[in-house]
Amino acid sequence: MSFDSFAEFFAMGGHGFYVWLSYLSTAVVVAFVLVWPLWRRRRFLREQRGRIHRADALGQQTEAEAHASEA
Amino acid sequence: MNYIPEGLRRLWHRMGSPRWFYETTGSWVPWLGVAAALLIGVGTVWGLAYAPPDYLQGNSFRIIYIHVPAAYLAQAGYMLMAVCGVVLLVWRMKLADMVMATVAPIGAAFTFLALVTGAIWGKPTWGTYWIWDARITSVLILLFLYLGIMGLRRAIERPEAAGRACAILAIVGVINIPIIQYSVDWWMTLHQPATFTITEAPAMPASMWIPLLLNVLGFNLLFALSVIQGTRTEVLVRERRTRWVTELCRQER
Repeated sequence: MSFDSFAEFFAMGGHGFYVWLSYLSTAVVVAFVLVWPLWRRRRFLREQRGRIHRADALGQQTEAEAHASEA
Repeated sequence: MNYIPEGLRRLWHRMGSPRWFYETTGSWVPWLGVAAALLIGVGTVWGLAYAPPDYLQGNSFRIIYIHVPAAYLAQAGYMLMAVCGVVLLVWRMKLADMVMATVAPIGAAFTFLALVTGAIWGKPTWGTYWIWDARITSVLILLFLYLGIMGLRRAIERPEAAGRACAILAIVGVINIPIIQYSVDWWMTLHQPATFTITEAPAMPASMWIPLLLNVLGFNLLFALSVIQGTRTEVLVRERRTRWVTELCRQER
């Protein structure tokens, strides 16, 4: 351990503001790179399911089925 | 390409299949997450609380444990994007375009982090948040390259044309990477030279550089995790008209 007390650890020898601001900005960026792909996936699944349900309810072909019958 | 062995060629073709990528990488995600969390957890606690303070900079040097991984990934992400651009242009591999589209915002996020932590570190160390020196300016250009590639993709409507345009811009922009690397040697700068080099032992005690190594490895895994998750989503979006994605949408809750 490089520090004798928690207070010293937070103070970082007078550089606490710089050290903790850096680690806080890191936490924000890490949260973004972890959440962004999942958020996009959830939004896509929700929209696509809506499209599929509407097609099913109307008794129409889904895009995929139309695509397959064309081929 | 008859000189390439048959097995390797088949693997290459399978890797080019977005569906194969989606189905193969799903089980990697939890392992990557656990490994990244362990490495970054140990590296960060060690670096913040246990590593000795720097004899010149005191405790502000502890910013190195996030600044170096972020700056490394900013450049590695760009190289990955450029390699994908080559693969797209030469082999027309759709998956390469999907990876390229995913890396851009993630790489931009790490470039932004490298600039922010560098600026914060600069204040107690050099007495200023910002200076227009070669290293910092070339990393700012790297951020603009990432943002430019993201904007270019949005601006072009046809996905194939957008992919090719982004690939060309990514490849041309690679010229900036050696400029970033050698800027600290070529020009007078406040920035210190690299901590890790292949040819020499680090000029700091092991209790200082081991946590840095752990964090560099951990952030690499975090980057891989994010790119894999993002590419999996990109696969679904671009393949939404196929039967397998429709089935997947019906099944997943």
